This record gives sequence, structure tokens and C-alpha cells, in this order.
Amino acid sequence: MRGIKKDFFGNQVLTDINFTLGAGQVLGLCGENGAGKSTLMKILFGMDVIRETGGYSGDIFINGEKAAFNTPFDALAAGIGMVHQEFSLIPGFTATENILLNREPQKKNVISEVFGERLNTLDYKEMDRRAAAAIEKMGVEIDAKMVISSMPVGHKQFTEIARELSKDQLKLLILDEPTAVLTEKEAEALLDSIRGMAARGISVIFITHRLHEILAVCDQVVVMRDGHVVRDVPAGQTSVDDITRWMVGRDVQTSAAPTEAKEENASANVVMSIKHLWVDMPGETVRDVSLDVREGEILGIGGLAGQGKLGIPNGVMGLYEAGGTVEFDGREIPLNSPRKCLDASLAFVSEDRREVGLLLDESLEWNVAFPAMQIQNKFLKNLLGGLVKWRDEKAIHKVTQKYVDQLQIKCTSTAQKAKELSGGNQQKICLAKAFALEPKFLFVSEPTRGIDVGAKALVLNALRQFNRESGVTVVMISSELEELRQTCDRIAIISGGRVAGIRPATDSSEEFGALMVSQVI
Amino acid sequence: MDKAERQNWFSQLINTYGLPRLIITGFLLFLFIMAPITGSDLPTQFTNVFNRFSWNAVLVLAMVPMIHSGCGLNFGIPLGVLAGLLGGTLAIEMGFTGPMSFVVAILMATPFAILFGGGYGALLNRIKGGEMMVATYVGFSAVSFMCIMWLMIPYKNPSIVMAYTGVGLRNVFALDKFYANVLSDFLKIDLNPIGINLVIPTGSLLFIALLAVGIWAFFHTKTGTAMTAVGSNPAFARASGINVDRVRMLSVILSTWLGAVGVLVYQQGFGFAQLYTAPYNLTMPAVAAILIGGASVNKASIGNVIIGTILFQGLVTMTPTVITALIHTDVSEVIRIIVSNGMVVYALTRKTEGAK
Repeated sequence: MRGIKKDFFGNQVLTDINFTLGAGQVLGLCGENGAGKSTLMKILFGMDVIRETGGYSGDIFINGEKAAFNTPFDALAAGIGMVHQEFSLIPGFTATENILLNREPQKKNVISEVFGERLNTLDYKEMDRRAAAAIEKMGVEIDAKMVISSMPVGHKQFTEIARELSKDQLKLLILDEPTAVLTEKEAEALLDSIRGMAARGISVIFITHRLHEILAVCDQVVVMRDGHVVRDVPAGQTSVDDITRWMVGRDVQTSAAPTEAKEENASANVVMSIKHLWVDMPGETVRDVSLDVREGEILGIGGLAGQGKLGIPNGVMGLYEAGGTVEFDGREIPLNSPRKCLDASLAFVSEDRREVGLLLDESLEWNVAFPAMQIQNKFLKNLLGGLVKWRDEKAIHKVTQKYVDQLQIKCTSTAQKAKELSGGNQQKICLAKAFALEPKFLFVSEPTRGIDVGAKALVLNALRQFNRESGVTVVMISSELEELRQTCDRIAIISGGRVAGIRPATDSSEEFGALMVSQVI
Repeated sequence: MDKAERQNWFSQLINTYGLPRLIITGFLLFLFIMAPITGSDLPTQFTNVFNRFSWNAVLVLAMVPMIHSGCGLNFGIPLGVLAGLLGGTLAIEMGFTGPMSFVVAILMATPFAILFGGGYGALLNRIKGGEMMVATYVGFSAVSFMCIMWLMIPYKNPSIVMAYTGVGLRNVFALDKFYANVLSDFLKIDLNPIGINLVIPTGSLLFIALLAVGIWAFFHTKTGTAMTAVGSNPAFARASGINVDRVRMLSVILSTWLGAVGVLVYQQGFGFAQLYTAPYNLTMPAVAAILIGGASVNKASIGNVIIGTILFQGLVTMTPTVITALIHTDVSEVIRIIVSNGMVVYALTRKTEGAK
């Protein structure tokens, strides 16, 4: 790949990517979330998104020939196979059927002689043979006759890989975080099979967050950061520490220390104490988190995607099933009940702005005032001696206008619908909604996801101001370490559903990076 | 106004008012213009439209709470109708006559509406996303079940039971002695003495206005606001500490109760009570009316109810006289079916959009 560039609507995500991969070699690709790994692979695989968002520049050469794939089918024909993070298998079919889906060997029969080959019967014997061959190539034992839905997760993953291997023309296999869902033993087997494939002359691009796997299996390591290739080295000449530093260490020397970090004050009151919390949130499972939050601080929670950092606020606020104990202000808060948390003056700004955070079809006024109205009976007029709680439109307008001015929300009026605002302004509405509750404690989840740099700064400033001026304790969850380091007093890193460590924000990026990958599962 | 400007103005009109509503309004205007030409009396036509409006408006209003809470169109309105029928028949059975029978009918229907609505709401809470499909069949099966019950419940009042056997209720019975016209005769404006065939059922209109204002006010209260939010985004409402299931249940009960009152209002205007499979025939016109009024599957207002009922019932009453006179063939029923069912299909295919 030479000089690959890609931008999404003017937002440069890949700049000048160059690397080469020899036949039968394994290339490990790693980098933080949003470094551009997935985008790069999508370009290579000719996915529709790339074309729809304006294509890319640069050239891809395969076996010395320039290749440009418009659809994944072109890429498949050229011998590129890809195993995605999410399974694409049919649950009710057996492994064999899934492996050979739509490429089944066929037999002619009487009906198909008459009506054409769409009615050919499947040659099950030949199918079994080919599936067995593909599974054998992988070097792992899985039952080809088993129905996908009754397989353990690891075997599903292997079935996906076997499907790619069963394609005769396969030259390059892309594995996008294949071990994320596997147990250690299964991952071990997968690594073995990757070595086996390489020995057969198939090149593999292996994307993972588990760095030791990369070292164990790859010939070459490419580290990406912010859309650049920062390092391209043979695996033998590097270590987990090096890779970590390359991954997170953006401008290590110049990285601004938190502008106004508070004095580390260990004696401050613990306002919230989380003990042995588990949360069953799909893709963000929290296993066993114990965490103390001190009064008046901004605590950052960071970590790689899928490690459980998002599960913590969602679990505490009762949006996903959770267990363990959470104490706030000396009283225990019942889990699994959003109402009780809100009653206790907690507030939550969800990472899922559009689904959970906003009433897209309603006015900004409703969005800002609704929770405060429902929880604290604000913005209501009592009529008939409190029997009727009438909406006080004037008060709602006033409070919305206040936050629109304060947070510089760009809108035509407070009666505008939330869906008509840009992402950054929607995020500010979410904050205004939480501020209107006047909470004592605020969870903010991924406050800057999907918004541009200018809006980011405003949102983070608003948060910091809210914390410093109103004395509200803030817990901010974010995938972007630098953002946490700039905003927070202390940062807890979640890895594998557990707290890997809590450090003051002034610590170096490398240390946080090491914590991030310490317990990845 | 140059061409581009006119085009812009027109497309804006379509956007805010909705194309189907525009077509139907145009068609209705055409009918009103044609009426005198084909020789029918315009004031009589107006009287008919007013009457039909006053019979049906409450049934259409019964769509609103469920649409607001995100339960979709109330295809299960027969459930409310059945509660109303039970209330009406029980009031008569207990020997009430005149206006009193109407009041007692509503009072008797209320517990049934709460019971039926509660069960119906609990069911709808289990099948979120498929409400309208299930509601349709809930309506069907409840009506069939009540067909048996009308025969089984030991009613005794001779003016409503089967004439020969004395067992089971009649298919249709007149309400003259009971609550026929109790509302529409109240403060009735009758211009017949001065030679104009115009009668305005003031009492019915006032009653409808009372309920409509009640519903409008309800949606300005805390609970009503929560209901709208639940319909708009259940995840948001849940994160704001709302018990989504309870709010949805409340909306279904409210809709069912309005359906019960709606059928009693319908009967008092019509003058007859129809039992057995008759409740089937009230669903589609009510659904179609609110959709013509500009409501969508998840947004509806009182304005939608009023405009929709006038347009739909106007169409139903005007087409027989005008079109039949024009082409000498009775196509009114065909037009009614095409409009009501066509409207439902149209609305279901554009799930999110709705006119103001």
C-alpha cells in the first residue's frame, strides 16, 4: 500500500500510509481506537462506505499489479478474505453450510435440467470434504456438522476463518480483532493456525489490541496513530512497551499537562464508593470494578473499546443490569432503577446521544427541561391545589435560553427540534439537560464522540467550569486519553472489565498506555 | 409570483399540509360545489356532515393517547367499544331511561374500560414494536368472544333481549326510550322553522369539545408530557427515570375509555345500539380519519382529530348524494373503502412523517 489517504467529509483520518507485506508473512496492525486501522482495512477490502464517502487516494499493489476494488466482490476475486469483528454467520445452518454458503458444489437433477441451474441439488459429500479441508488447513478441531447457534463463541470465529480459507484463490487474509471474543486457549489455537496459514503461503494482516499476540505470531509490526503509520518494524526487534509507547505517545514531549490540575488531596471525602460492580452491557461488560470517587474532583475513566469503561456509568445509573454495591453520600443506591439514581441527585449524559440522550423529534426546550420536570417537579405550575401539574412553558423557555446562551448552542430558537442540530450542539443540549437537574454528581460518557475539535474544547470547558464553579463531582468516561489528561484530576484505566489502575492525570501517557493493555481479554 | 416561486409555495404547502390531505380537501370542496348543481340541498348536506362528525369524533379522539405514547394506531379500539356496549346495555338492564341512562352507561363502562385497557396494555408492553398488528387481532378476537357473551349474559329487559326466546341480546335495538339524542338535543339549533334545512347538534359538539379540551390539557401536565416523551424516545424516557411500561399502560387505558365513551356518543346520535360484529366496522373509519387529519403513527394532535373527522365524514356523507347523482351508479361505498383503507396503507408506509 502506498500513499493511502482518506478523509471523511474533510476530516482527515488517514494520511500517507505506506507499507508492504510479503507472501506468507504475518503483519500485525495495532493502534488506539480511531487510529484508522479499520478504515484502512475497509479501503483494502473495497467496502461500500469508502466509495460512498468520496473514495480514497493512493494506490494498492497486489503482486506488483495496481488494484482498485469497488466492491468487496472484487476484493474476494483478487484473493483477499476478511474476517470482521462481528460474526456474519447464519445461526441455523451447520458449520459446513456456512463455510460454503453460495459457493456450494452442485449436482444436476431432473428438475434443474428443465428449469435451469438455480434448482441444482447441493453435493453434500463434496461440501463435507471441502469444509473438512478448510478446517484442516486451519489446524483446529471443530465439528463441521454442528449448527452455528449451538457453538461456543470461539468455534464461530473459527468457522468464519475456515470460510475464508475454503476459497481456493485466497492470498491475503485480514483478521479484525479475531481474538477479542476468544478465551486464552482458543486464542492460542488461533495463533497456531495463523502460523500454519503463513507456512502455506497465505499472507495475514492481524489486527488486535493484545500486543503479546502480535509479538508471538507476526513477522512485522505496523503501529498506527491518528491516521499515520508511526512505526513499521520487524516483530523481533520490538517489545510490548515499545509498541505501547508508539500507540499512545502522541507528542510525548509537548503534551500539555492538565492546565489547572487540582492538588492531589487524598483526604477529600469519598462521595461515591463503588464496590464489586458487575454490569451486563453487551460489548462493554464490567466484571469487577471497585472505585472511590472523591468529592469535587473530575475523575476520568479511560481504556480501550470493549473493556467495560462504558458499562460503569450505564450500570450505576440502572440502564443495564448490574450487581454489586454503590454508595453515594453514605447511602446505598439501589441498582437497576434509573429513577432512584436520579432522585439521589445523580445525573448521566449518555454516550448514545441519538438513542438515549435526546428526544430528536421534540423541541430543545423539552429536551433540556424534561428530566428536571419529571424528577424534581421543576417547571410545573400546580393548579387546583396541586391536583394538576401544569407545564410551565415560560419557565421552560427561560431555562433553555439560559443554557443556550451559556453553552453557546447554535440554534434558530429554543423551539427548534433537537434532530436539526449538529452533533456538537446536540451534545451541549445533553449537557444542558444534565445541568438543569442541578445534580451533585455527574457521569459524562464519551462527551466528545463524533464532534469536531472546536466543539470539543467548548464541551470540555463547560464541564470543567461546571465542576469548578458548582462544586459538582464529575466522572468523565472517554476513549481519548489526551482529552482525559487535559480535563481530569485523576484517571482510572479499565481493562478487561476491571480497574487496571488509578493515576493522577499528570502521569505520562506511556504509563496509561501500559495499563490499558494490561488485562485485555 | 413567478413560476419558481409558485412551485416553491406549492411544495411548501404539500410539506406542511400533506399531499393526501390536500387531495381529500380538494375533493370535498369539489363535492360541496357540485352539490347544488346536482340538485341536492346544501344545508341538508351540512346537517349530515355535522351529525356524522358529532357521532364519530370521540372515537377518533380515542386514537390520540396511544399514538402519543408510541403504541401506534389503536386498531384495538373494538375493546373500548365493547366496554361501552357493556356499559350501555347494563344501564338499560338496570332500568335507567332518558339522559340518566347515558350518565350511568358511561359510569358502568368505566370499570370495564379500565379492566380491558389494563389487560390490553399489559399485552402491548410485551410486544413492543408490533403493537398495531397484535392490536388488530386483539380487536377481532375480543369482538368474537363478546358475540358469545351477548347470548350468555342473562339480560332480562324486554326492550333489548331477543323477541321470541327472551334469551340473549338483539342484534340492533332502538334507543329512543334511553339515551338517543340526549346530547344532540341539548341546545339544538334548528333552522327548519325559517325554511333552512340546517340542524346543529350543539350538545354533542359541546361534549366533544369538553373531551378534546380535557385531552389537550392532559398533554400539558407532567404525566401527559411523560407520555409524549415515551412515544418520542422510550430509551430517553427510561434514562429520565420514567416507568415506560406504566405510562404506556395508562395511555392504553385512556384510549380504551375514550373508545367506550365514543361508542356511546355514536349510539346516542345514531339512535340505535348495534351489537355482535358491529364493533368491527368502527375501527377503520376512526383510524383513517385521524390519518387524513394529518397525524402519523407516532404524532397526533387534537387538530388532527377535528380536521380528520370532518374531512372523512364529509366524504362519506357527500359522495352518495353527489356522485350518485352525477354518474347514476352507487359508488359511495367503494369510494369510502378506497379512501379509508388507502389512507391507512399510506400512513403505515411513511412511519415517521406527520403534518402539523
